[in-house]
Amino acid sequence: MAAAGNERFAKTHEWIRPEPSGVATVGISAYAVEALTDLVFMQLPAVGKRVQAGESIGEIESVKAVSDFYAPVAGEIVEVNTALPGKLETLAADPYGAGWIVRIKPDDPATLAGLLDASAYDALVKSQPH
Amino acid sequence: MTSLLKTPLAEWHAANGGRMVDFAGWSMPVQYGSIVVEHEATRRAAGLFDVSHMGRLLIDGPAAPAWLESLLTRRVEDLEPGRVRYTLVTSDEGESGCTVLDDALVAREADAAEGMPRFSLVVNASNRRRVVEWLERHLPAIGVTLVDRTFETAMLAVQGPLAIDIVCGLCSPDDARRIRALGTYRTTTATVADRSGAGHPAAVSRTGYTGEDGLELVVPATSAVAVWDAIHAAGVPRGLAACGLGARDTLRLEAGMPLYGHELTEATDPFAIGLGFAITLDQRDGGPRDFPGAAALRGMRDRLPRQVRVGLALDSKRAAREGSVVVRPGGGSVAVGTVTVGSVAVGTVTSGSFSPSLGHAVAMALVDRECSAVGESLEVLLRGEPVAARVVPLPLYRREPSE
Repeated sequence: MAAAGNERFAKTHEWIRPEPSGVATVGISAYAVEALTDLVFMQLPAVGKRVQAGESIGEIESVKAVSDFYAPVAGEIVEVNTALPGKLETLAADPYGAGWIVRIKPDDPATLAGLLDASAYDALVKSQPH
Repeated sequence: MTSLLKTPLAEWHAANGGRMVDFAGWSMPVQYGSIVVEHEATRRAAGLFDVSHMGRLLIDGPAAPAWLESLLTRRVEDLEPGRVRYTLVTSDEGESGCTVLDDALVAREADAAEGMPRFSLVVNASNRRRVVEWLERHLPAIGVTLVDRTFETAMLAVQGPLAIDIVCGLCSPDDARRIRALGTYRTTTATVADRSGAGHPAAVSRTGYTGEDGLELVVPATSAVAVWDAIHAAGVPRGLAACGLGARDTLRLEAGMPLYGHELTEATDPFAIGLGFAITLDQRDGGPRDFPGAAALRGMRDRLPRQVRVGLALDSKRAAREGSVVVRPGGGSVAVGTVTVGSVAVGTVTSGSFSPSLGHAVAMALVDRECSAVGESLEVLLRGEPVAARVVPLPLYRREPSE
């Protein structure tokens, strides 16, 4: 699944998408997943955890390195994708769909608007050296 | 930003998806695609590595054998042409009286004209400058010349069960026969045909850093792309993959090979990390050899080291990394936050990674001698969390013996 179009992006390469239920789904961008080859391990946060924007909420480890991933907005973790750590290939296969990582109930849904939209994120990615 | 050194293959790497990183001041590919795929290609078929960043020194002259004999931890004077030895380069500086400047391969090449002995020394990229400076400082006024050939040559490693076959397919029947007959740690010369049929001179050694059978080739810098292309084109249909430094590291880790800067440092007691074989303290007739650091090394040989190098198999896919603390689970240990108090720190991980061949994380570590026995149950702290780690024999992976 490609991005739905209403995702917002953090500079640290997480995407967040508001759902009709009022929670927001969080994952990592296709660009970031592509850079993270050879994934071997993933640690998810606990459901119920309260997080600040920019706080590390887990780690993804490849053969070469360990990377943190960060909460794009402040809120409460209400659901985690428990199927993901056992099937890390889903991250690359479907980063905006089945490869979602957590669902957050944002403290203030308006904070999503402060993140990058898809075209601004694309511009950021293109400005980075490969 | 200082500009990075580039190997003659830099453009090939860039054009073929090489993800370039700074390694010891060189721009080198860490991977082209997947490290795991490159690693597995080397174990199953062959991997092709640009290792031109390694330092290549040429030492020749009538006094070269005696001079190298006086500086290296292995005997050199008894090396016959075509033989290669793993050696350390040591000085007598430092607290212990022995500083390890580098580990290296010394090869006695075929004699030059009129029986003039010639040697090559392959050193780590990170240590090339100081090894050259150290050698120049000890160079006698006459009888030995030392030339750093790093920039006028390139070095390719072809490793894996099909490596020799693939290279031999590019050589004349005579050269191919000689390469196939080459024992491990032996070197010869051959002419390698590129895709147009033109021949390129190569020094070919049956050496490597992957735990697989294979060859290392030194060719003129101007031949590097043509020879690389020829090996790549001949090998890809048979499963060969171009490999970056990422796979080189996972392969050498599985093979239990030390890496300078990790297992081996300036202050390392070589005997404690299983490199006693690289220290020859006696002459063939039984008399003592003398080289910088020899006296201190005699003391190390006769003492039990506090810590020794071990292999660890972790109970996880999550890897221990260099610097991770190794603990012995203590009786009555209590978890405070994420740190286990009551366990005793017994060592430090020197290299660690997910092992593509074994499917779980492995590491090499320096641990207290008392808990270094194979089978010992230890733990490694990964971001504060203890993960079970068992002491296992090195190498961590051993290839199937060829028939």
